[in-house]
Amino acid sequence: MKHLLSVRRLKKYFPIYKGVFRNVVGHVHALDGIDFDLAPGEVLGIVGETGSGKSTLGRTVLRLIEPTSGEVSFQGSNVLKFGKDELKKFRKEAQIVFQDPLASLNPRKTVRECIGEGMVYHGIVKTQAEQKDRVAEVLVQVGLSPDIMYRYPHQFSGGQQQRICIGRAIALNPRLIVCDEALSALDVSVQAQILNLLQELKERLSLSYIFISHDLTTVEYLCDRVIVMYLGKVMETAAVSDLFQHPCHPYTQALISAIPKAHPEMIKNRIRLLGEIPSAINPPSGCSFRTRCPYAQPICCEVPPCLHGPSGGENHEYHCIRKPFD
Amino acid sequence: MYGYMEEPILIVNHLTTRLQIGHSPVAVVDDLSFSLYRGKTLALVGESGCGKSMTALSLMRILPSPPALPSEGEVLYQGKNLLAIPERDMRRIRGGKMAMIFQDPSSALNPVYTIGNQLVEVVELHLNLFGDDAVDKVLATLTEVGIPSPIERFNDYPHQLSGGMRQRVMIAMALICEPDILIADEPTTALDVTIQAQILDLMRDLQKRRGMAILLITHDMGIVAEMADEVIVMYAARGVERGDCRDLFNHMAHPYTKGLFASRLSLHSHHAKLPTIEGSVPSAGCFPDGCRFHTRCPYVMKKCREGMVPQFIVGNNNHVANCWLLEEGK
Repeated sequence: MKHLLSVRRLKKYFPIYKGVFRNVVGHVHALDGIDFDLAPGEVLGIVGETGSGKSTLGRTVLRLIEPTSGEVSFQGSNVLKFGKDELKKFRKEAQIVFQDPLASLNPRKTVRECIGEGMVYHGIVKTQAEQKDRVAEVLVQVGLSPDIMYRYPHQFSGGQQQRICIGRAIALNPRLIVCDEALSALDVSVQAQILNLLQELKERLSLSYIFISHDLTTVEYLCDRVIVMYLGKVMETAAVSDLFQHPCHPYTQALISAIPKAHPEMIKNRIRLLGEIPSAINPPSGCSFRTRCPYAQPICCEVPPCLHGPSGGENHEYHCIRKPFD
Repeated sequence: MYGYMEEPILIVNHLTTRLQIGHSPVAVVDDLSFSLYRGKTLALVGESGCGKSMTALSLMRILPSPPALPSEGEVLYQGKNLLAIPERDMRRIRGGKMAMIFQDPSSALNPVYTIGNQLVEVVELHLNLFGDDAVDKVLATLTEVGIPSPIERFNDYPHQLSGGMRQRVMIAMALICEPDILIADEPTTALDVTIQAQILDLMRDLQKRRGMAILLITHDMGIVAEMADEVIVMYAARGVERGDCRDLFNHMAHPYTKGLFASRLSLHSHHAKLPTIEGSVPSAGCFPDGCRFHTRCPYVMKKCREGMVPQFIVGNNNHVANCWLLEEGK
């Protein structure tokens, strides 16, 4: 039970139906054999372009989407075999924060109802008074005043709404929170506030995060370890410092080089990726990145080997035929 | 004024736009002046609600009225004040000489017409080309903005294209009449980093080839660093600091600019606490007196709370900021 969460060979194929009889004519390969472990207190970043399967991964791990095959074990027990009662217990332990805070809060419920509903359902509070106290406590934890308890979600700014969503997630004392693009709808200055909050809550409540984002700068700041995904497959896994100092996979290198520079006088070496992510219905054979890779060779249509990065060890793995610093 | 030898292509003098909210008009763009030059990019930077997009919409005269009242001040293009000419003349300039790219390409394109149809409409209206000539012009522009197999894409509907492709169609639509001025309102916010880099490259490349002036609206300092020649930082409907891009990055003067730039992540070590600007932008109509930033400013002084803050020169002539901290001897 060293890991909080272990994922093995996780696959999710969405069927495509066609015709009057709804025959299955193909599959969208959203997740194609994902492996990772998450230690308690760790922040795992998942990056990749739109359509690489990041959000599907976050939701499949929580069983909001049923996977096609694979294993997900949470604190040693298999999440995919959970019955109704066990799943309810698991829901209390693992929470999610979505991208658009306004869309994920019920517009007809007050903040107290939004945050307090789960507590009653999971039996954390017994009486109205207890619920009120706990909601007030949560609001203080996320940096809001308890006075706002009876207001509605639309009365808040985007940053405050996201704080309410985070409050709803931490209200049940979870171990794991999946943040699915939780910052991308916010302004830069507000992003910094929410990042500080996430960092602080993590230490105070000993949480683990799966932090899904397409913004590499936030990932570099918050995460301990990063998984780079492309078309439902893992391209590279590494500790955050290794990944940004020695990116080994050409896709990671391209993603990092696409970050806009921080100062106009900075000189940046650009790797330009041509085209866009291919359709996940018929992903390329072998290495799925080969259609856009600047170093693609005929051998790339075979499954690429798993290699270790320059710092060595299990902690930095990538899937490519190129040796580091070729 | 900015040391360029060339004549500016567009001069904006004391532009003020008010919205009628309730009984009192509220200024959402307050006394903004700037000039655009051929082949140069001016960036407008600020948080949401600072009036960046309102400035762009006022220049194009496409704010809905009511609630918008006619803008005051001057927008001089080829000797004419665009705020004073009749709507009929403005229609010829808008889309033809001054074009705009919007933030969200999926809501800016009409979902029930093919992209070919929408682009041909622009060509017919502004360039007087019809039939095959119009189609050829559209295909040439689609190729220029880097859309693969444009003949097939011509008959696609917007929902059949990816976000990056849709933004390229938007750019094609803006550039098809070879405008003098391109207004880009957060052109890459909805896109992935890799696609963002492609689109910015494309804009830079087209600017070099055609010598357009670009007014770039963004909240991303990285994009400013990549693209801009000159920057105006806006806060609560007013410009608070302006200058050459390099000067501004090297010697930031206004506390708001400093705060905005400091909250960028790329500058900070892993897990260190990020500096933030406390609070949020006051909404239009509730702007405080004096310097509008004083409610959030860490260096607030007594005189900040009332009266107008004059403009002070920072370093060289082109770099100015509205802040009392820059008063002589401070």
